[in-house]
Formats: sequence, structure tokens, C-alpha cells
Amino acid sequence: MPRLVDACSIEDVEPEDVIRFDHESHVYAIYRSPSGRFFATDGICTHEHAILADGLVMNDVIECPKHNGRFKYETGEAVRIPPCVALRTYPVRVVGDRVYLELP
Amino acid sequence: MGLGIVIVGAGDCGTRAALALRGHGYSGPVTLIGDEDHAPYERPSLSKGALLCDTDPTPIVTEDRLRSLGITFLKNVPASRILRDTHEVECSDGQRIAYSKLLLATGASPRRLRDQMGRISYLRSWRDCQSLKASLSAGMRVVVLGAGFLGLEVAAAARTRGAEVTVLETQPRILQRGVPPEIAAALGARHAQAGVTIRTHVAADLSIGSHSISLGGKEEIEADLLFGAIGAIPNTRLAEAASLSIENGILVDSRLRTSDPDILAAGDCCAFPLAVAGGLKVRLEAWRAALDQAEVAAHNLAGGDQALGLLPWFWSDQYDTTLQIVGLYSADLATVRRDIDKESFVLFHFDPGHRLVAASGYGPTGRVARDMKFAEMLVANSARPDPELLGRPEVNLKSLLGA
Repeated sequence: MPRLVDACSIEDVEPEDVIRFDHESHVYAIYRSPSGRFFATDGICTHEHAILADGLVMNDVIECPKHNGRFKYETGEAVRIPPCVALRTYPVRVVGDRVYLELP
Repeated sequence: MGLGIVIVGAGDCGTRAALALRGHGYSGPVTLIGDEDHAPYERPSLSKGALLCDTDPTPIVTEDRLRSLGITFLKNVPASRILRDTHEVECSDGQRIAYSKLLLATGASPRRLRDQMGRISYLRSWRDCQSLKASLSAGMRVVVLGAGFLGLEVAAAARTRGAEVTVLETQPRILQRGVPPEIAAALGARHAQAGVTIRTHVAADLSIGSHSISLGGKEEIEADLLFGAIGAIPNTRLAEAASLSIENGILVDSRLRTSDPDILAAGDCCAFPLAVAGGLKVRLEAWRAALDQAEVAAHNLAGGDQALGLLPWFWSDQYDTTLQIVGLYSADLATVRRDIDKESFVLFHFDPGHRLVAASGYGPTGRVARDMKFAEMLVANSARPDPELLGRPEVNLKSLLGA
């Protein structure tokens, strides 16, 4: 059964930005797109150990702070090397002003 | 395109170029020639994490994947000469491979010191890394020759492994080339805090004994392990033998073409005109430059006509800190400092026309990356941001991008 985890308030993430969210010793990244939609992926780059929330969101892409690999945060797709493995994504639900992750 | 494309060198640059050829839709034959006995792997971690833990090399691509992409990968067969007249590359085993276009991505090799006993270790390949890792142990006395990125990274790794580490540098300070003094000082302090002894301005005439190193005939430093990191020399032997132009590396134009238009060169082995520095010929030993050049080389090998527009970008990780530099720093640039927090800062470097031409950041891993990304975008845009605003940490750099 997937469970909903209360991650943050919608105010915690600026549009076109990302924050880190830790839950049960797993690191997630929560994104707010320029148009205000929320997304979530694993919070560590698939290439080397780097916290994606230290990186930069540009439109629909997150760029890793370490080696500038890029992922589409909506689908997790790796779109610029060095990473070649996609990020895992998680469904997000916004209820009122809270952002919930749907975790397996 | 009938004969296909041959790439000599299966490092980061050559391998990425082979993959990019397929990525761009080139369907002719591609042969990737490597002189190591491994599938292509990434080199950056060899002087960092790979010295600290037991891992396999980080693969760029597996041999299976190369096969499925129709890329012929020849490993452990150094290319021995280029036959320009017949458009062939001859390998050490005698086989000849015909090309319509050839890419030389032969990399660089460590500059070596005179050392008749062969005591000095160097680091370039996975094999070098494994051998260095195996010889490092707690309590041993390690002397690192050269305080550039590589020497300091190995010093940090050796210290983390419990060795007693001394770094010797003939220049007046560490990271003399291309790194601002403020960042060199902060990183030097981090090494001192970790217990590494750094000595600058040491005599250049070293002599290597069986258990020590002698400085200028005056002083002996005991050493169980000597590590040499005094720079790298571009691998130009094949190109020279084929009478291609050489000038601090294999000379290429903005399209990465050598003096033979059917032969391109990319990565650490080539000297290229740096567009953002007015076409100044430079050779960068930098991972990102190698990757950027691989992309452009692939495009042009497949018949394209793309100019190289890269922006120099370097990074180093030592202990829990990172440093990043974008653009070419030089001491004559005006500098504005932005303190992000107690440990992290970014320096912005301006030319006399108030244009931001370089930026450099230092601090715990991750903290400086975001500001450096904005700095990179400002440098790429040839922006002239207000120095007073850059210096105020509460000003979001994103807000300056439109300026």
C-alpha cells in the first residue's frame, strides 16, 4: 500500500526551485515548476553522491551541483551526461497548503 | 563516410565522442581504440574517492552497450602510427583500420622527475590508482611533489587514510596556476587542520634517495612513498610522427581540426582557441572541457561544422570541501568577494571593462554550487553585473541574470 507522507508546505518551495526532504534515512528532492506544479524524485544524483537540492532548477530540468548532469524532474529522465541512469520519481499530492509524497 | 570514423583514445573524451556520434544519428562504422585493459571509465575519482574505498572504476559505458551501438571497441591495443596517405591507423598488433575521419583523444601523461631508482609514483590510469591505493597505509610517510589539484587531492586522500603527509611545492604558494590566492589560502588551512604539512618555495633541485628526498642538498625529508604531481604532458607522439602541427599540444582550430582536415583532436591532448578569451590558444586538462569537446568533435566528424564554445570549468574535492572555478582566472583581474556563510565564499573576477570573466568558489561540498552555477551563467552571458550587489550575500544571484 502506498502511503502519503507530509513533506512540506507549498510555501517552502519557491517556483522554479527545489528543496531537500529526508524521510526514514532516504533523501528526496521536491520541486516546484515555474508554473507552480510540484514534483518529487530521489534526492541523490544517479552518477555520484551529490545532493540534488543543492543544484539549480531551470524550467523543467534539475542540474546536479557536482558535475552538471541534468534530469527532467517530472519524468526523472537523464538529459545531459555524465549520468545515464534516470532518477526515480514519486507521485506528489497537494492538499490545502501541504505537499505530500506518495511513497511505496 | 564509407570508411567510417576511428577514435584513438578510450578515455572520457574519446568514449563520449563515440557515444555522441551514435546519439547524433551517425550510422557508419565507428572504431574506438583504447590502450588500457578496461572498458572505458571515468578518471576524476581516481585521485579522490577511488583512493579511499574498494570500488570498481566508474564505467562510462559497458562493452555490451558499445557492441549494441555498433561501436567496435579495441582494448589494450595502442595505436602505433597514422598513415595519412592511405587514411589508416596502425595498431601495435599490426592491424590497420581505415578511416574517413580520425579523432585523436590521446590525453596526457604525468610529467616525470629524474628518479633513477624509480621510487616516485604517478597517477593517471586505473592501474596507477590501484597500485597507489595498495601502497598507502596508516602511519607511513608520504611526500607529495607538487601542490596543484592532483597533488593536493592525493595528499587529502593519503591523510584521510592515516598517512603522515608532506606536500612540497617550488612555487610561492599552492595552486599557483589559475586559482585565486584567497581560495588557495582557505584550502591550505583545511590541509593544515587535517595535519598535512605544506611547504612552498622549496628548492627545485631534488635528489631522490632510497628512504628520503633531499632538497637542494641541504635538507633530507624521510619518505616511505613519493608521489609526483608536477603537471602533465600532452600525448602528441602519434600526431608528431604524422607531421601534424604541435604547439603545446596537438594544434586545432575552432572546429577541433588539426592541420590535416580529416584528423581532429580533442581533450587533454589538444591546444585550441578559447573563444571566450579572444581566441587565445589554450590546453585545458579538465574533465568538463573534454566532455564539451567530445560533443563538438562528434558533430564535426559526422560532417557538421560546429565551433567550440566552451567555458572553462574546473572543480576539486578535498576532505569535505569543494572548489569550483569557471572561466580563466588570472591575478590581474579585479575581485569581489561574496561570503555565503562562515566557511563558504565565491569570488567574482572582472576584467578592466567591468565584464565578469571568471568566478571561483570554495566551501563545504554543495554549499557554493548554486551560486557558482549563477556565476557561470553570468560569465557565459558576458554580463557586467553590479559588483556591489554580487558582494551582498542576501542578494539572490538569480535576480541579476537579466541584467
